[in-house]
Amino acid sequence: MPASSRRTRRPKLAVFKLASCDGCQLSLLDCEDELLAVADAIEIAHFPEASRRSVRGPYDLTLVEGSVTTPHDAERIREIRGVSRRLVTIGACATSGGIQALRNFADADALVAAVYPRPDFLRTLATSTPIADHVRVDYELRGCPVDKRELLDVIIAFLHDRRPAIASSSVCIECKRRGTVCVMVAHGTPCLGPVTHAGCGALCPTYDRGCYGCFGPADSVNAAALGDAFRAAGTPSGEVARAFRTFNAAAAPFAAEGDRHGEA
Amino acid sequence: MSDPAGDARALDVDGLDRLIAALSERGFAPHGPIVRDGSIVWGPLRGVADLPAGWTLEQDAGRCQLVRRGDGALFGWAVGPDSPKRLFLPPSLQLFTARRDDEGGFALDPPAPAPGPIALIGARPCEIAAIAVQDRVLLGSEHTDAHYRARRDEAFIVAAHCGEPGGTCFCVSADTGPSARSGFDLALTELHGDGEHTFVIEVATERGAAVLEAVPHRAATGDEIARAAAVVTGAASRMGRELETDGLRELLYGCREHPRWDEIAARCLGCANCTMVCPTCFCTSVSDLTDITGATAWRERSWDSCFTMDFSYIHGGSVRPSVGARYRHWITHKLASWHDQFDESGCVGCGRCITWCPVAIDITAEVVGLRSDGSPPPRTRTAGFRV
Ligand code: SF4
Ligand code: SF4
Ligand code: SF4
Ligand code: SF4
Repeated sequence: MPASSRRTRRPKLAVFKLASCDGCQLSLLDCEDELLAVADAIEIAHFPEASRRSVRGPYDLTLVEGSVTTPHDAERIREIRGVSRRLVTIGACATSGGIQALRNFADADALVAAVYPRPDFLRTLATSTPIADHVRVDYELRGCPVDKRELLDVIIAFLHDRRPAIASSSVCIECKRRGTVCVMVAHGTPCLGPVTHAGCGALCPTYDRGCYGCFGPADSVNAAALGDAFRAAGTPSGEVARAFRTFNAAAAPFAAEGDRHGEA
Repeated sequence: MSDPAGDARALDVDGLDRLIAALSERGFAPHGPIVRDGSIVWGPLRGVADLPAGWTLEQDAGRCQLVRRGDGALFGWAVGPDSPKRLFLPPSLQLFTARRDDEGGFALDPPAPAPGPIALIGARPCEIAAIAVQDRVLLGSEHTDAHYRARRDEAFIVAAHCGEPGGTCFCVSADTGPSARSGFDLALTELHGDGEHTFVIEVATERGAAVLEAVPHRAATGDEIARAAAVVTGAASRMGRELETDGLRELLYGCREHPRWDEIAARCLGCANCTMVCPTCFCTSVSDLTDITGATAWRERSWDSCFTMDFSYIHGGSVRPSVGARYRHWITHKLASWHDQFDESGCVGCGRCITWCPVAIDITAEVVGLRSDGSPPPRTRTAGFRV
């Protein structure tokens, strides 16, 4: 490989958003120290949050934030996939349906009627679903929001043809590496960390809070065992259901626990 | 005892403080137990004032509470979540950095030098036994771990024999405590109460003797020596847990299909806390990272665990895809195959995996379960989460 760090043609990056709060794509702008180097290595071709300038596809790397909640989204994500060589979904909305997937457990029409004066103006789906339910996804980056160092690593890994150095194990491992005392064992604070995907660096336990599960289920963990332990310790079933039904309510292991402990 | 009883010395609290200072002056970084975040962890020690005076840890499966003892004992507790593993085998370490040069090759930056030697103040007998186990794993063959060696080799160890075992301790079964037999420079036994606060000191090495010479001390009296011995026999009689080790290796090799595995799998979270807190668990994984330009690459090593899916991932998938298989692998390694690999047990009986398991899975209770044909009901946890 030539010694030059500058390629003849920079790969093209696009950032798209469906139903989401923008927090994840903002994490990219939040990489202030590295942003110039990123722009030097990859052409930011389409990123409406950052610039009105938009270069037509196809794109080499596409980041998609947000979930599919409307028929229009479902259409659009197919078009986006069509112009993307690699498609990476970023954040809880794009990877599990996000907080808006709470509608999946309720009557979406009733919610719309309760919120909007003219529900007939709205075309919405009954569910909020992750991008991978609709099109092929090359990599899913978890988090609500994503961790900016991990986002940067995804881009760097793409540029250098390697796997992102991102573990799919539990938050507990991050807690222990960091030397954070377990809030569950030492203080009796309920914590979703044992079944939650690493990535945040055990942020909440380090500030003496239980993990809220922002990064969704970790790889092959036993959410039911944690739900059982919460119940055995006297937590009412409704509280257990609420703990699992937040930012990743529709992710399969969390959804199952939400259903199991939820009020009928 | 590595020291004829008659040679035992005695220090008061001020003497212990001076001992810490003397180690500091000799270039050691003193580390010991400190109170942090509602528990007792290993940390840098400036002097006796940093030690957990009057605190203890009430421990049971899945529960550890920091509570006041009602006296001023410095070592009136057993072990917390941390062990010296954190100091000798750091949780994350950059192994090397490589930089691309202009000729299409690359150069390696020399690794960052290891920090200066550490002095452990108050290492427990089981912790010292665990250090010996890790020494065997990481230094005992021709393939040694240079990073571990750099931190471990010069370390000065002041052991603290135990007077107050925790609710999950079982060093008597593991034959590692509650008094340490070797692997230290100095060892202390704390005597306190009725206005007395004395440390009976055993000297095990020449450098231990040299450091002790630098601080005011006296010979221990016969009575003090007898009471120090009573402290550890008392501790031995109050073990929180018990593990029948007879035939354990054969038991585990013989029960790969036991119904207990499914029963454990229903309770185990797969969270890996047991391996992270275990002072003998040594597994790490490495990741190679690059900067944006690709001009610099570096390799990071971090604690890893056989409870993760990635750990045993090979072409085609994970070798141990179920939580039950991973628990079986872990307990079998600790208590059976470690003997074949390293000629000893991988468990020193410290009880950390029991205390720090969020759902109270207890290695001693699981062995009882595996010894029986059926599956006795699991222990129910004693703590409650705040609602
Ligand atoms: S605080 Fe939560 S995430 Fe951290 S080790 Fe305990 S249970 Fe796991
Ligand atoms: S297996 Fe458990 S009791 Fe044994 S050394 Fe490890 S943490 Fe301690
Ligand atoms: S296991 Fe034994 S040596 Fe370790 S802390 Fe408990 S009593 Fe002390
Ligand atoms: S035994 Fe306990 S600490 Fe270990 S992985 Fe299972 S739930 Fe986690």
